[in-house]
Amino acid sequence: MSLTVLAPGPLTTVQDEGRPGQAALGIGRSGAADRASARLANRLVGNPLDAAVLEVTLGGLAVRAEADLLVVTTGARCPGSPHDAPTLLRAGAELRLGAPAAGLRTYLAVRGGIAVPPVLGSRATDVLAGLGPAVVAAGDVLPVGAPAAPLPGVDLAAVPDPAVGDLTAAVLPGPRADWFGPAGWSALTGQRWTVTSESNRVGLRLDGVPLERLRAGELPSEGMVRGALQVPPSGTPVLFLADHPVTGGYPVIGYVTDADVDRCAQLRPGQGLRLRAG
Amino acid sequence: MRLLPSGSAALLVEVDGLDDVLALYAALAGAPPEGVVDVVPAARTVLLVTDPARTTLDAVAAAVRRTTPVAGAERSGDAVELPVHYDGADLADAAELLGLTPGQLVERHTSAAWTVAFCGFAPGFGYLVQPGGGWDVPRRATPRTKVPPGSVALAGEFSGVYPRESPGGWQLIGRTDVAVFDLARDPAALLRPGTRVRFVAAS
Repeated sequence: MSLTVLAPGPLTTVQDEGRPGQAALGIGRSGAADRASARLANRLVGNPLDAAVLEVTLGGLAVRAEADLLVVTTGARCPGSPHDAPTLLRAGAELRLGAPAAGLRTYLAVRGGIAVPPVLGSRATDVLAGLGPAVVAAGDVLPVGAPAAPLPGVDLAAVPDPAVGDLTAAVLPGPRADWFGPAGWSALTGQRWTVTSESNRVGLRLDGVPLERLRAGELPSEGMVRGALQVPPSGTPVLFLADHPVTGGYPVIGYVTDADVDRCAQLRPGQGLRLRAG
Repeated sequence: MRLLPSGSAALLVEVDGLDDVLALYAALAGAPPEGVVDVVPAARTVLLVTDPARTTLDAVAAAVRRTTPVAGAERSGDAVELPVHYDGADLADAAELLGLTPGQLVERHTSAAWTVAFCGFAPGFGYLVQPGGGWDVPRRATPRTKVPPGSVALAGEFSGVYPRESPGGWQLIGRTDVAVFDLARDPAALLRPGTRVRFVAAS
Protein backbone atom coordinates (compact mmCIF):
# COMPACT_ATOMS: atom_id res chain seq x y z
CA MET A 1 0.00 0.00 0.00
CA SER A 2 1.26 3.46 -0.77
CA LEU A 3 0.42 7.05 -1.49
CA THR A 4 1.96 8.91 -4.44
CA VAL A 5 2.64 12.61 -4.00
CA LEU A 6 1.52 14.62 -7.03
CA ALA A 7 2.24 18.04 -5.49
CA PRO A 8 3.55 18.89 -2.00
CA GLY A 9 2.16 22.43 -1.65
CA PRO A 10 4.40 25.04 0.02
CA LEU A 11 5.79 22.60 2.62
CA THR A 12 4.76 19.08 3.56
CA THR A 13 6.72 16.92 6.00
CA VAL A 14 6.27 13.54 7.62
CA GLN A 15 5.71 13.89 11.38
CA ASP A 16 5.01 11.72 14.39
CA GLU A 17 5.58 12.08 18.13
CA GLY A 18 9.26 12.84 17.57
CA ARG A 19 12.42 11.71 19.35
CA PRO A 20 11.98 12.02 23.11
CA GLY A 21 14.82 10.95 25.34
CA GLN A 22 17.73 12.04 23.13
CA ALA A 23 18.00 15.75 23.94
CA ALA A 24 21.10 15.12 26.06
CA LEU A 25 22.83 14.06 22.81
CA GLY A 26 21.86 17.31 21.11
CA ILE A 27 18.96 15.62 19.33
CA GLY A 28 15.75 17.59 19.69
CA ARG A 29 12.32 16.07 19.97
CA SER A 30 10.70 17.47 16.80
CA GLY A 31 7.38 15.86 15.78
CA ALA A 32 4.06 17.37 14.75
CA ALA A 33 3.86 21.11 15.40
CA ASP A 34 0.19 20.81 16.41
CA ARG A 35 0.32 17.57 18.35
CA ALA A 36 -3.35 17.60 19.34
CA SER A 37 -4.47 17.70 15.71
CA ALA A 38 -2.01 14.99 14.66
CA ARG A 39 -3.18 12.72 17.48
CA LEU A 40 -6.82 13.33 16.60
CA ALA A 41 -6.12 12.38 12.99
CA ASN A 42 -4.52 9.14 14.10
CA ARG A 43 -7.38 8.34 16.46
CA LEU A 44 -9.96 8.86 13.74
CA VAL A 45 -8.40 6.21 11.48
CA GLY A 46 -7.58 3.74 14.28
CA ASN A 47 -3.82 4.37 14.33
CA PRO A 48 -1.58 4.39 17.38
CA LEU A 49 -1.04 7.99 18.46
CA ASP A 50 2.60 7.81 17.42
CA ALA A 51 1.87 6.76 13.81
CA ALA A 52 3.40 9.04 11.19
CA VAL A 53 1.15 11.53 9.40
CA LEU A 54 1.70 14.25 6.82
CA GLU A 55 1.94 17.83 8.10
CA VAL A 56 0.77 20.09 5.29
CA THR A 57 1.56 23.82 5.49
CA LEU A 58 -1.04 26.12 3.87
CA GLY A 59 -2.65 23.34 1.85
CA GLY A 60 -1.72 22.55 -1.73
CA LEU A 61 -0.93 18.87 -1.19
CA ALA A 62 -2.15 16.49 -3.90
CA VAL A 63 -1.82 12.72 -3.50
CA ARG A 64 -3.04 9.61 -5.30
CA ALA A 65 -3.98 6.43 -3.45
CA GLU A 66 -2.30 3.32 -4.85
CA ALA A 67 -4.65 1.09 -2.84
CA ASP A 68 -7.93 1.61 -1.02
CA LEU A 69 -6.93 3.85 1.90
CA LEU A 70 -8.88 5.30 4.80
CA VAL A 71 -7.81 8.94 5.19
CA VAL A 72 -8.71 11.95 7.29
CA THR A 73 -7.49 15.51 7.75
CA THR A 74 -7.43 17.57 10.94
CA GLY A 75 -6.07 20.96 11.98
CA ALA A 76 -6.44 23.68 9.35
CA ARG A 77 -9.49 22.85 7.23
CA CYS A 78 -8.67 22.71 3.51
CA PRO A 79 -11.34 22.78 0.80
CA GLY A 80 -11.65 19.34 -0.77
CA SER A 81 -10.41 17.44 2.26
CA PRO A 82 -12.16 14.79 4.40
CA HIS A 83 -11.92 17.08 7.42
CA ASP A 84 -12.39 15.49 10.83
CA ALA A 85 -14.34 12.74 9.01
CA PRO A 86 -12.53 9.54 7.96
CA THR A 87 -13.15 8.78 4.27
CA LEU A 88 -12.23 5.90 2.01
CA LEU A 89 -9.95 6.99 -0.82
CA ARG A 90 -10.26 4.36 -3.54
CA ALA A 91 -7.22 3.02 -5.37
CA GLY A 92 -6.36 5.47 -8.15
CA ALA A 93 -8.37 8.30 -6.61
CA GLU A 94 -6.75 11.64 -5.93
CA LEU A 95 -7.02 13.92 -2.93
CA ARG A 96 -6.28 17.59 -3.51
CA LEU A 97 -6.15 20.00 -0.60
CA GLY A 98 -7.06 23.63 -1.28
CA ALA A 99 -5.74 26.50 0.79
CA PRO A 100 -7.20 26.71 4.31
CA ALA A 101 -9.23 29.77 5.29
CA ALA A 102 -8.07 29.51 8.90
CA GLY A 103 -5.01 27.97 10.47
CA LEU A 104 -1.70 26.98 8.96
CA ARG A 105 -1.10 23.25 9.34
CA THR A 106 -3.28 20.38 8.17
CA TYR A 107 -2.63 16.78 9.24
CA LEU A 108 -3.37 13.99 6.81
CA ALA A 109 -3.52 10.59 8.47
CA VAL A 110 -3.77 7.35 6.56
CA ARG A 111 -4.97 4.18 8.26
CA GLY A 112 -1.80 2.16 8.85
CA GLY A 113 0.40 5.25 9.09
CA ILE A 114 3.04 6.65 6.74
CA ALA A 115 5.69 3.93 6.89
CA VAL A 116 8.87 5.61 5.66
CA PRO A 117 12.00 4.29 7.44
CA PRO A 118 12.45 5.80 10.91
CA VAL A 119 15.61 7.73 11.80
CA LEU A 120 16.76 7.47 15.42
CA GLY A 121 13.43 5.98 16.38
CA SER A 122 11.15 8.50 14.67
CA ARG A 123 9.77 9.43 11.25
CA ALA A 124 9.65 13.13 12.10
CA THR A 125 11.46 15.60 9.87
CA ASP A 126 13.45 18.02 12.03
CA VAL A 127 14.08 21.01 9.78
CA LEU A 128 16.58 22.60 12.18
CA ALA A 129 18.74 19.54 12.84
CA GLY A 130 18.33 18.11 9.34
CA LEU A 131 17.23 14.75 10.75
CA GLY A 132 14.53 12.40 9.55
CA PRO A 133 12.85 11.91 6.18
CA ALA A 134 13.47 14.46 3.44
CA VAL A 135 10.81 17.12 2.94
CA VAL A 136 7.97 15.59 0.89
CA ALA A 137 8.38 16.21 -2.86
CA ALA A 138 6.34 15.58 -6.01
CA GLY A 139 6.83 12.01 -7.21
CA ASP A 140 7.48 10.58 -3.74
CA VAL A 141 5.84 7.21 -3.18
CA LEU A 142 5.08 7.02 0.53
CA PRO A 143 4.60 3.51 1.89
CA VAL A 144 1.58 2.92 4.14
CA GLY A 145 1.78 0.46 7.01
CA ALA A 146 -0.61 -2.26 8.09
CA PRO A 147 -3.51 -1.30 10.40
CA ALA A 148 -2.55 -1.85 14.02
CA ALA A 149 -5.88 -1.54 15.80
CA PRO A 150 -9.61 -1.78 15.07
CA LEU A 151 -11.40 1.27 13.68
CA PRO A 152 -12.85 3.52 16.37
CA GLY A 153 -16.25 3.78 14.71
CA VAL A 154 -16.27 7.57 14.80
CA ASP A 155 -17.75 9.28 11.75
CA LEU A 156 -16.99 12.86 12.62
CA ALA A 157 -14.96 14.62 15.28
CA ALA A 158 -16.43 17.88 16.52
CA VAL A 159 -13.45 20.13 17.14
CA PRO A 160 -13.25 23.89 16.60
CA ASP A 161 -11.30 25.21 13.64
CA PRO A 162 -8.13 27.23 14.34
CA ALA A 163 -8.59 30.91 15.19
CA VAL A 164 -8.93 33.42 12.34
CA GLY A 165 -8.18 36.58 14.32
CA ASP A 166 -6.07 37.06 17.41
CA LEU A 167 -5.27 34.06 19.58
CA THR A 168 -4.93 34.25 23.35
CA ALA A 169 -2.57 31.73 24.93
CA ALA A 170 -1.77 31.11 28.59
CA VAL A 171 1.81 31.90 29.64
CA LEU A 172 3.69 30.90 32.79
CA PRO A 173 6.92 32.44 34.10
CA GLY A 174 10.14 31.11 32.61
CA PRO A 175 13.45 30.56 34.39
CA ARG A 176 14.77 34.03 33.53
CA ALA A 177 11.64 36.12 34.06
CA ASP A 178 13.64 38.05 36.66
CA TRP A 179 15.92 39.39 33.91
CA PHE A 180 12.97 41.50 32.79
CA GLY A 181 11.26 42.26 36.10
CA PRO A 182 7.59 43.00 36.72
CA ALA A 183 7.59 45.68 34.00
CA GLY A 184 8.88 43.16 31.48
CA TRP A 185 6.23 40.63 32.46
CA SER A 186 3.55 43.32 32.10
CA ALA A 187 4.89 44.23 28.67
CA LEU A 188 4.89 40.56 27.64
CA THR A 189 1.32 39.95 28.76
CA GLY A 190 -0.10 43.38 28.04
CA GLN A 191 0.40 43.78 24.32
CA ARG A 192 -0.66 42.24 21.04
CA TRP A 193 2.24 40.43 19.41
CA THR A 194 2.23 39.93 15.66
CA VAL A 195 3.46 36.67 14.10
CA THR A 196 6.07 37.53 11.47
CA SER A 197 6.81 35.82 8.17
CA GLU A 198 10.16 34.63 9.60
CA SER A 199 8.25 31.97 11.52
CA ASN A 200 8.59 28.26 10.82
CA ARG A 201 8.59 24.88 12.59
CA VAL A 202 11.49 26.06 14.75
CA GLY A 203 9.52 28.93 16.21
CA LEU A 204 7.19 31.88 15.87
CA ARG A 205 9.07 35.14 15.60
CA LEU A 206 6.94 37.80 17.21
CA ASP A 207 6.92 41.51 16.53
CA GLY A 208 5.83 44.19 18.99
CA VAL A 209 7.21 46.67 21.51
CA PRO A 210 10.59 45.17 22.50
CA LEU A 211 11.04 43.86 26.04
CA GLU A 212 13.76 45.56 28.04
CA ARG A 213 16.30 43.61 30.04
CA LEU A 214 17.09 44.77 33.54
CA ARG A 215 20.53 43.22 33.45
CA ALA A 216 23.31 42.92 30.94
CA GLY A 217 25.63 40.01 30.43
CA GLU A 218 25.52 36.65 28.79
CA LEU A 219 23.53 33.64 29.85
CA PRO A 220 25.33 30.30 29.71
CA SER A 221 23.44 28.03 27.31
CA GLU A 222 20.61 26.15 28.98
CA GLY A 223 18.08 23.54 27.97
CA MET A 224 14.68 24.58 26.76
CA VAL A 225 11.54 22.93 25.52
CA ARG A 226 8.61 23.65 23.24
CA GLY A 227 6.67 26.70 24.37
CA ALA A 228 9.70 28.70 25.52
CA LEU A 229 9.54 32.45 24.90
CA GLN A 230 13.19 33.29 24.36
CA VAL A 231 14.20 36.93 24.18
CA PRO A 232 17.17 37.70 21.92
CA PRO A 233 18.98 41.07 22.12
CA SER A 234 16.36 42.62 19.80
CA GLY A 235 13.84 42.32 22.66
CA THR A 236 11.13 40.68 20.56
CA PRO A 237 10.48 37.10 21.67
CA VAL A 238 10.65 33.87 19.73
CA LEU A 239 8.08 31.25 20.71
CA PHE A 240 9.78 27.91 20.18
CA LEU A 241 7.81 25.17 18.45
CA ALA A 242 8.56 21.55 17.47
CA ASP A 243 12.06 21.91 15.97
CA HIS A 244 13.47 24.28 18.60
CA PRO A 245 17.17 24.05 19.45
CA VAL A 246 17.94 21.79 22.41
CA THR A 247 19.76 24.55 24.27
CA GLY A 248 19.85 28.31 23.90
CA GLY A 249 21.85 31.22 25.23
CA TYR A 250 19.21 33.92 25.48
CA PRO A 251 16.95 34.31 28.51
CA VAL A 252 13.54 32.61 28.50
CA ILE A 253 11.06 35.02 30.07
CA GLY A 254 8.07 32.71 29.96
CA TYR A 255 6.52 29.53 28.64
CA VAL A 256 3.27 29.15 26.75
CA THR A 257 1.47 26.26 28.44
CA ASP A 258 1.91 22.91 26.77
CA ALA A 259 -1.71 22.63 25.61
CA ASP A 260 -1.74 26.13 24.11
CA VAL A 261 1.50 25.67 22.14
CA ASP A 262 -0.44 23.46 19.72
CA ARG A 263 -2.90 26.27 19.04
CA CYS A 264 -0.02 28.71 18.53
CA ALA A 265 1.40 26.35 15.88
CA GLN A 266 -1.67 27.15 13.78
CA LEU A 267 -0.91 30.90 13.69
CA ARG A 268 -0.12 32.46 10.34
CA PRO A 269 2.15 35.40 9.64
CA GLY A 270 0.21 38.60 10.39
CA GLN A 271 -2.02 37.04 13.03
CA GLY A 272 -2.02 38.45 16.53
CA LEU A 273 -1.02 36.61 19.72
CA ARG A 274 -1.93 37.77 23.19
CA LEU A 275 -0.21 36.13 26.13
CA ARG A 276 -2.34 35.90 29.24
CA ALA A 277 -0.70 35.12 32.58
CA GLY A 278 -1.87 31.57 33.33
CA MET B 1 20.56 23.76 43.80
CA ARG B 2 17.79 26.08 42.61
CA LEU B 3 14.63 24.88 40.90
CA LEU B 4 13.43 27.37 38.30
CA PRO B 5 10.06 27.33 36.53
CA SER B 6 9.99 26.31 32.87
CA GLY B 7 6.32 26.25 32.00
CA SER B 8 3.79 23.49 32.51
CA ALA B 9 5.92 20.59 31.28
CA ALA B 10 9.51 21.20 32.39
CA LEU B 11 11.67 22.18 35.34
CA LEU B 12 15.10 23.81 35.19
CA VAL B 13 17.58 22.94 37.93
CA GLU B 14 20.39 25.45 38.35
CA VAL B 15 23.63 24.47 40.08
CA ASP B 16 26.98 26.16 40.62
CA GLY B 17 29.05 24.84 37.74
CA LEU B 18 29.92 22.12 35.28
CA ASP B 19 31.05 19.57 37.87
CA ASP B 20 27.73 19.87 39.66
CA VAL B 21 25.88 19.59 36.34
CA LEU B 22 27.68 16.36 35.49
CA ALA B 23 27.09 14.88 38.92
CA LEU B 24 23.40 15.76 38.95
CA TYR B 25 22.96 14.63 35.35
CA ALA B 26 24.63 11.30 36.09
CA ALA B 27 22.21 10.68 38.95
CA LEU B 28 19.08 11.80 37.08
CA ALA B 29 19.90 10.14 33.77
CA GLY B 30 20.73 6.91 35.56
CA ALA B 31 17.39 6.84 37.37
CA PRO B 32 15.03 9.43 35.88
CA PRO B 33 12.01 10.33 38.00
CA GLU B 34 8.73 8.79 36.80
CA GLY B 35 7.26 10.71 33.87
CA VAL B 36 10.49 12.49 32.90
CA VAL B 37 11.13 12.03 29.17
CA ASP B 38 14.31 14.08 28.73
CA VAL B 39 17.16 15.15 31.02
CA VAL B 40 19.17 17.92 29.37
CA PRO B 41 22.44 19.07 30.93
CA ALA B 42 23.96 22.41 29.96
CA ALA B 43 26.59 24.80 31.33
CA ARG B 44 25.01 25.46 34.74
CA THR B 45 21.64 23.77 34.51
CA VAL B 46 19.88 20.46 34.06
CA LEU B 47 16.48 20.62 32.37
CA LEU B 48 13.91 17.95 33.13
CA VAL B 49 11.23 17.59 30.48
CA THR B 50 8.13 15.75 31.62
CA ASP B 51 5.18 14.06 30.02
CA PRO B 52 2.39 16.02 31.75
CA ALA B 53 0.05 13.05 31.34
CA ARG B 54 2.33 10.89 33.49
CA THR B 55 3.52 13.15 36.29
CA THR B 56 3.30 16.58 37.90
CA LEU B 57 6.02 19.19 38.26
CA ASP B 58 5.63 19.01 42.05
CA ALA B 59 6.36 15.29 42.00
CA VAL B 60 9.40 15.82 39.78
CA ALA B 61 10.66 18.67 41.99
CA ALA B 62 10.38 16.43 45.06
CA ALA B 63 12.26 13.64 43.26
CA VAL B 64 15.04 16.07 42.27
CA ARG B 65 15.41 17.28 45.85
CA ARG B 66 15.78 13.66 46.99
CA THR B 67 18.45 12.97 44.34
CA THR B 68 22.02 12.51 45.46
CA PRO B 69 24.40 13.75 42.74
CA VAL B 70 26.93 11.14 41.56
CA ALA B 71 30.22 12.99 41.88
CA GLY B 72 33.08 11.82 39.73
CA ALA B 73 30.82 9.90 37.34
CA GLU B 74 32.70 11.50 34.46
CA ARG B 75 35.93 9.78 35.43
CA SER B 76 34.64 6.28 34.83
CA GLY B 77 34.76 4.42 31.54
CA ASP B 78 37.24 4.24 28.72
CA ALA B 79 38.26 7.38 26.88
CA VAL B 80 37.34 7.86 23.23
CA GLU B 81 40.47 8.58 21.23
CA LEU B 82 40.23 11.19 18.50
CA PRO B 83 43.23 11.56 16.18
CA VAL B 84 43.53 15.20 15.08
CA HIS B 85 45.43 16.84 12.24
CA TYR B 86 46.40 20.10 13.94
CA ASP B 87 46.32 22.29 10.84
CA GLY B 88 43.23 24.44 11.56
CA ALA B 89 42.86 27.87 9.99
CA ASP B 90 42.78 29.55 13.42
CA LEU B 91 45.54 27.54 15.12
CA ALA B 92 48.06 30.39 15.07
CA ASP B 93 45.49 32.99 16.17
CA ALA B 94 44.19 30.80 18.99
CA ALA B 95 47.71 30.08 20.21
CA GLU B 96 48.54 33.80 20.22
CA LEU B 97 45.35 34.58 22.17
CA LEU B 98 46.52 32.12 24.81
CA GLY B 99 50.11 33.35 24.77
CA LEU B 100 51.34 30.05 23.41
CA THR B 101 53.09 28.77 20.32
CA PRO B 102 50.99 26.51 18.09
CA GLY B 103 53.10 23.58 19.29
CA GLN B 104 52.41 24.41 22.92
CA LEU B 105 48.69 24.68 22.20
CA VAL B 106 48.69 21.22 20.64
CA GLU B 107 50.63 19.84 23.57
CA ARG B 108 48.13 21.24 26.03
CA HIS B 109 45.15 20.06 23.94
CA THR B 110 46.53 16.49 23.88
CA SER B 111 48.08 16.41 27.34
CA ALA B 112 45.08 15.40 29.44
CA ALA B 113 41.70 13.82 28.80
CA TRP B 114 38.65 15.98 28.14
CA THR B 115 35.12 15.25 29.32
CA VAL B 116 31.87 15.89 27.48
CA ALA B 117 30.07 18.28 29.82
CA PHE B 118 26.93 18.53 27.71
CA CYS B 119 25.73 18.42 24.10
CA GLY B 120 23.80 20.85 21.94
CA PHE B 121 24.05 23.15 18.94
CA ALA B 122 23.70 20.17 16.58
CA PRO B 123 23.03 16.44 16.98
CA GLY B 124 26.20 14.89 18.39
CA PHE B 125 28.01 18.16 19.16
CA GLY B 126 29.67 17.86 22.57
CA TYR B 127 30.96 20.69 24.73
CA LEU B 128 34.23 19.26 26.09
CA VAL B 129 36.09 20.51 29.14
CA GLN B 130 39.62 19.72 30.30
CA PRO B 131 40.02 19.95 34.07
CA GLY B 132 42.80 22.42 34.85
CA GLY B 133 43.24 23.17 31.17
CA GLY B 134 43.12 26.93 31.61
CA TRP B 135 41.40 27.45 28.28
CA ASP B 136 39.79 30.81 27.62
CA VAL B 137 39.46 31.51 23.92
CA PRO B 138 37.10 34.12 22.52
CA ARG B 139 34.87 33.20 19.61
CA ARG B 140 35.79 34.60 16.22
CA ALA B 141 34.50 38.14 15.74
CA THR B 142 32.82 37.02 12.53
CA PRO B 143 31.41 33.49 12.49
CA ARG B 144 32.10 31.34 9.45
CA THR B 145 29.08 30.47 7.35
CA LYS B 146 30.55 27.02 6.65
CA VAL B 147 32.70 25.01 9.02
CA PRO B 148 33.77 21.66 7.53
CA PRO B 149 32.64 18.45 9.31
CA GLY B 150 35.26 17.01 11.64
CA SER B 151 36.66 20.43 12.51
CA VAL B 152 38.17 20.49 16.01
CA ALA B 153 37.65 23.86 17.62
CA LEU B 154 37.95 26.00 20.73
CA ALA B 155 35.66 28.59 22.34
CA GLY B 156 35.62 29.82 25.92
CA GLU B 157 36.64 26.93 28.16
CA PHE B 158 35.33 24.38 25.67
CA SER B 159 36.64 22.28 22.83
CA GLY B 160 34.33 20.62 20.32
CA VAL B 161 34.14 18.67 17.09
CA TYR B 162 31.71 19.80 14.39
CA PRO B 163 29.59 16.73 13.49
CA ARG B 164 28.73 18.07 10.04
CA GLU B 165 29.11 21.16 7.90
CA SER B 166 27.44 24.07 9.63
CA PRO B 167 27.91 27.73 10.44
CA GLY B 168 30.15 28.33 13.42
CA GLY B 169 32.12 30.94 15.35
CA TRP B 170 34.62 28.73 17.18
CA GLN B 171 38.37 28.91 16.53
CA LEU B 172 39.37 26.00 14.28
CA ILE B 173 42.57 24.30 15.39
CA GLY B 174 42.42 21.02 13.48
CA ARG B 175 40.31 18.26 12.04
CA THR B 176 39.57 14.62 12.77
CA ASP B 177 38.52 11.87 10.38
CA VAL B 178 36.41 10.20 13.06
CA ALA B 179 32.68 10.83 12.54
CA VAL B 180 31.35 12.00 15.90
CA PHE B 181 27.79 11.62 14.58
CA ASP B 182 26.95 8.87 12.12
CA LEU B 183 23.39 7.68 11.52
CA ALA B 184 24.75 4.40 10.11
CA ARG B 185 26.33 3.61 13.48
CA ASP B 186 24.59 2.58 16.71
CA PRO B 187 24.85 4.71 18.75
CA ALA B 188 24.94 7.50 16.19
CA ALA B 189 26.38 9.96 18.71
CA LEU B 190 29.92 9.09 19.81
CA LEU B 191 29.99 11.82 22.44
CA ARG B 192 27.48 11.95 25.28
CA PRO B 193 27.55 13.77 28.60
CA GLY B 194 30.25 12.24 30.78
CA THR B 195 32.18 10.62 27.89
CA ARG B 196 35.95 11.12 28.25
CA VAL B 197 37.86 12.11 25.14
CA ARG B 198 41.57 12.03 24.47
CA PHE B 199 42.84 14.02 21.50
CA VAL B 200 46.01 12.67 19.91
CA ALA B 201 48.11 14.29 17.19
CA ALA B 202 47.62 12.33 13.97
CA SER B 203 50.85 11.45 12.25
